[in-house]
Amino acid sequence: MAAAASSEEAVKAAKVLMVGAGGIGCELLKTLALSGFSDIHIIDLDTIEVSNLNRQFLFRQSHVGQSKAKVARDAVLKFRPNINITPYHANVKDSKFNVEFFKQFNVVLNGLDNLDARRHVNRLCLAAEVPLVESGTTGFLGQVTVHVKGKTECYECQPKPVPKSYPVCTITSTPSKFVHCIVWAKDLLFAKLFGDRNQDNDLNVRSNDDSGSKTDVFERNVDEDLPQYAQRIYDHVFGYNIETALANEETWKNRKKPYPIYIRDALPEDAVQRNGSSRDHKNEEHEPSATVSLGLRNPQEIWSLADNSRVFLEALKLFFEKREKEIGNLIFDKDDQLAVEFVTAAANIRASSFGIPPHSLFEAKGVAGNIVHAVATTNAIIAGLIVIEAIKVLKGDYQNYRMTYCLEHPSRKMLLMPVEPFEPNKSCYVCSETPLVLEVNTKTTKLREVIDKVIKSKLGMNLPLVMVGATLVFEDGEGLEPDEAANYALNLEKVLAELPAPVVNDTKITVEDFQQELKCSINIKHRDEFDEEKEPDGMVLAGWSGPVDKQVNSNGDKRSVPSSSSADDIDSTAEDIPVKPGMKRKLNEILESQENFDALQNQSDVGSSSAQVVEDDDDDIVMLDEDPKQGKKKRLQ
Amino acid sequence: MDGGGAEGELTAQETALYDRQIRVWGVDAQKRLSKAHVLVCGMNGTTIEFCKNIVLAGVGSLSLIDDHMVTEDDLNANFLIPPDGSIYGGRSRAEVCCESLKDFNPMVRVSVEKGDPSLIDGEFLEKFDIVVVSGASLKTKLFINENCRKRSKRIAFYAIDCKDSCGEIFVDLQKHSYVQKKPGGETAQQELTYPSLQEAISVRWNNLPKKTAKLYFAMRVLENYELSEGRSPGETTLSDTAAVLSRRKDMCDKMSLSESQIPTALMERLLAAGKKEHPPVCAILGGILGQEVIKSISCKGDPIKNFFYFDAADGKGVMEDIPPPPPTAN
Repeated sequence: MAAAASSEEAVKAAKVLMVGAGGIGCELLKTLALSGFSDIHIIDLDTIEVSNLNRQFLFRQSHVGQSKAKVARDAVLKFRPNINITPYHANVKDSKFNVEFFKQFNVVLNGLDNLDARRHVNRLCLAAEVPLVESGTTGFLGQVTVHVKGKTECYECQPKPVPKSYPVCTITSTPSKFVHCIVWAKDLLFAKLFGDRNQDNDLNVRSNDDSGSKTDVFERNVDEDLPQYAQRIYDHVFGYNIETALANEETWKNRKKPYPIYIRDALPEDAVQRNGSSRDHKNEEHEPSATVSLGLRNPQEIWSLADNSRVFLEALKLFFEKREKEIGNLIFDKDDQLAVEFVTAAANIRASSFGIPPHSLFEAKGVAGNIVHAVATTNAIIAGLIVIEAIKVLKGDYQNYRMTYCLEHPSRKMLLMPVEPFEPNKSCYVCSETPLVLEVNTKTTKLREVIDKVIKSKLGMNLPLVMVGATLVFEDGEGLEPDEAANYALNLEKVLAELPAPVVNDTKITVEDFQQELKCSINIKHRDEFDEEKEPDGMVLAGWSGPVDKQVNSNGDKRSVPSSSSADDIDSTAEDIPVKPGMKRKLNEILESQENFDALQNQSDVGSSSAQVVEDDDDDIVMLDEDPKQGKKKRLQ
Repeated sequence: MDGGGAEGELTAQETALYDRQIRVWGVDAQKRLSKAHVLVCGMNGTTIEFCKNIVLAGVGSLSLIDDHMVTEDDLNANFLIPPDGSIYGGRSRAEVCCESLKDFNPMVRVSVEKGDPSLIDGEFLEKFDIVVVSGASLKTKLFINENCRKRSKRIAFYAIDCKDSCGEIFVDLQKHSYVQKKPGGETAQQELTYPSLQEAISVRWNNLPKKTAKLYFAMRVLENYELSEGRSPGETTLSDTAAVLSRRKDMCDKMSLSESQIPTALMERLLAAGKKEHPPVCAILGGILGQEVIKSISCKGDPIKNFFYFDAADGKGVMEDIPPPPPTAN
C-alpha cells in the first residue's frame, strides 16, 4: 500500500473491513463514516437483543431479532447516504471470507467479542498482509492495538489467557466462593437434570456409596409425582450429599463444615404442600418462570433460604411440566430465564450450606453467564482511538503506531495511555516459521487425538491438513472424493506409528489450514510415559505460546471443571484486556492505582515482560520490554 | 441531586435495557441517573457524542440550547442531522438534534430550551444538576459558571471544546463528596473542592509544574486573543499567527513562563483548526465527558479535577489539576 500524503486522501481512497457490529462496531461505523471513509465492509453473525440497546445506539427496540450488520448499515446511511457500506450477516470464519477476500482491504478493524474469532482474523490478516487494528473493552477499561506483519507483533505473539476453570473438588466438595456454587449448579446439577444424562458428570464424585449406584437417583420414578420428585432431588443434593461429604473427616480438619439442608427444614410443611400447585395461570401466556409464579419480581433482591427453596422446586417442576421435550438436551443459557432462576436458587441453597453469602438473581446471572460489563462511553472512546490508529496505518506512519489503554483511574495523570507497539515475537508459531515440538507416545496415540487436542484446540485451526513428509495423511473440509474421505477417516483411528507414513521419534509433520493460510511444522518426540495429573492430554506441545492454564489444584485433583459458557453478548472479553503478559509485574510500577492494574490484569498469567517509561524531556512514552530471558524487545522505529 | 435518594425500584424494562451497565456502576447509580437533569448549551460534534452517551445511559432528562439555524457546516461531525436541507432547513440545531436523540432511548425526556446562553440566569439553572457548555466565548462560560456557583443547590459545570485533533474539558464540581474505591475493594468517602473557571485560568503560570499540559497554556492564549479581538470562538485562521504569537509572548512575559512551553506548531494547529472538529476526537471527548457526568451524578469514582486534554498527535489523554491563585493577593 502506498503511503498517502494527507489523511483526507488516505481516508477517501481506503477500503476497510470491520469485523463486529456490536458495542464497539456501532460506534466505529459511525465514527468511520463521519471521518470520511466511504467504502466500508462489515461482518457480523449476530442479531440484535434488548440488552444491546443501552450502548449499541444504531439499534432500536423495533430491530430486535434483525441482523446487526444490516441494521447498522441502514442507520449510518441516514446521515451519510452517499457512502458505500456492504454488510454481511455471516460468521467471519465462513470460508467465503478467505485470504483473497481479505486482500481487497487496506486495513481490517476488529470489534469482536471472542478469542477464537480474533485469532482467526489475525491469521487471515497475516496471510493477506493487511494491517489489523484490534480492540476490546470491559466496563471502563479498554485497549486498541495495531498489528502489521513484519513491523509489530501479531495478535498471537503473546499468550492469551483461557477462561477460568476450577478444580473439581472445589466445585463438588469444598466451595469457598459464590462462583464455585454457581459452577456446581450450572455445570453439574443443571447439566445432570436437564442436559445429556450420558455425559460424564462429577456431581456424585464424593459419595462413594454403593447404595445409589444401582439406580440413577436423578431419574424420575414412574409413580412419582413432580412435587415428590423435586423434593427428593432437593433432599439428595442439599441434604444427603452434604451428609456423605461430612463423613470424610479429613476434608474438614481445617475447613468450616457445611450443614445439610433438607426441605423439611427450609420450608414449613404447608409451603411444601402448596408449592406443587402454585398459581399456574400466570404462566399461561409467558415463558414459564418460577419468579413470576411465586411473585418474586425484583431481580436485585436477595432471597431467603425459604424463597430459594421455593424457586428451586418451582423451576424444576416447570421444566418438567412446560419444557419436557427439551429435557435431555438443555445447555445452560444466560438468556433462558427459567434456567437462570433454577441455577440461582440452587447456588444460593448450596452457598448457605457452606456459609457463603447468597446473591440476587441479577448478580447470579452475571456470574453464570460470564457477562462482561459494558457501557457506551468506553466503546465510543475506543472506536475513536481505532480510527486515529487506522488513519496512521493508511498513511504508513508506522513510527507513530501506538497501543492505547483506556484506564478507569489515571496513571501518571493519563486516562488514555499510549504505549509503543512491540516487535514481532520471533518464536511465535503464527507469524514466524519456528517449528513446534510435540512430545507424544507415538505407539498409543491416535491421529484423531493429535488433531483434536493440539491442531484444532491449541493451534486454533478450523480445517486442518496433515502431511508427513510428502504424504497427505489427513484433510478436513468439503469437496473430498468419497474414497479419500474414507481413507482419512481410517487414518484418524490409527496410532501415529502405524499411519501410511509412520510418525515416530524425530518425524517432522506439517499442518496447514488453507483458509487461514497458516502452515506450521511440528517435530515429533516420542515419549512413553505422561503424568496423568500434570499432562492429562497425554501429550505436550512445546515452543508454543498459546492459552496458558495455570490453575493450581490444591488437592492434587487431576481434572478441572471449565466454566462452560464462554463470554458472549459483550464487546470484548475481560481476558483480552491484559494483552501483555506480565504487565502485572511492571505496569503496576507505572499504574499508580492498584485497581487499574488489577482490572487490566485480572486473568493474565505468565509474568514475563516489563514496562518502562521513556522520558524524553517532555514526551512520555510507556515502553513494555520483555523479560531478558525471552530476548529484549526493541523500540519499533 | 441533593437528597435525591435512590428509593424506588427500577422497572423490569429498565433492568433489561440497562443490564450491562448496571453491572458496571450498580443499581443505586442507575436510579440516581434516572433522576438527574442535564442541560447542554451548544450543539456540535462533541456535545452530540456526549448527549448520545448520557441518553443511552438513562438520565432523567436532557435539555438542549442552541438557536443557530442548521447550516452545511454543522454536518461535518454531527451524526444527528440528516444531510437534507428539506429536513433541517429553517430549524435550529437544538430542534433537529432533539428529534434524533429522543429515538435513542424512549425512557429519557429530551427537550429544547430557547434563548441566548450568555443570558442564562440563575433561576433557570436551578432546574438542572449538570450544565455542559460548548462552543461558547470565554465570557459566556465564565458567566454561566458563576451563575451555577451562586445557586444554593449544587450544579456541576463542564466546558468542552474540540479543536480538530485537540480537545479540552474543564470541570467545576464546587464541593464534591463521593465514594472512592480503594485497591482491594474497600471504599472511602472523599471530598474535593474545585476552583471556579475564573480562578482556574488566573493562576500564575510559573506556579504550575513544568510538566503541565502545553494545551492548557495554548488554549488560554487563544481564548485571550479571541476575547480581546472580539472574535467568536474558533473564528481564527493561520493568518492570525503573527498576532497570536505576539500575544503568547506578552502572556508568557507577564507570567514568567518560557515561550517554548507553548510550541508555535501547536498554536498553529489550533489556529488552523478554527471551528473544525475531528470526529474520532469528538467521540473520545464525548466519551470521557459522559463518564465524568455519570461519576458526578452517581457520586462514585474519582472525577477529573479539573482539566482534561486529548491530543491525537501523541495519543495521550491527560488530566491536569490547576489550582486557584493563592489567597493572599499580591
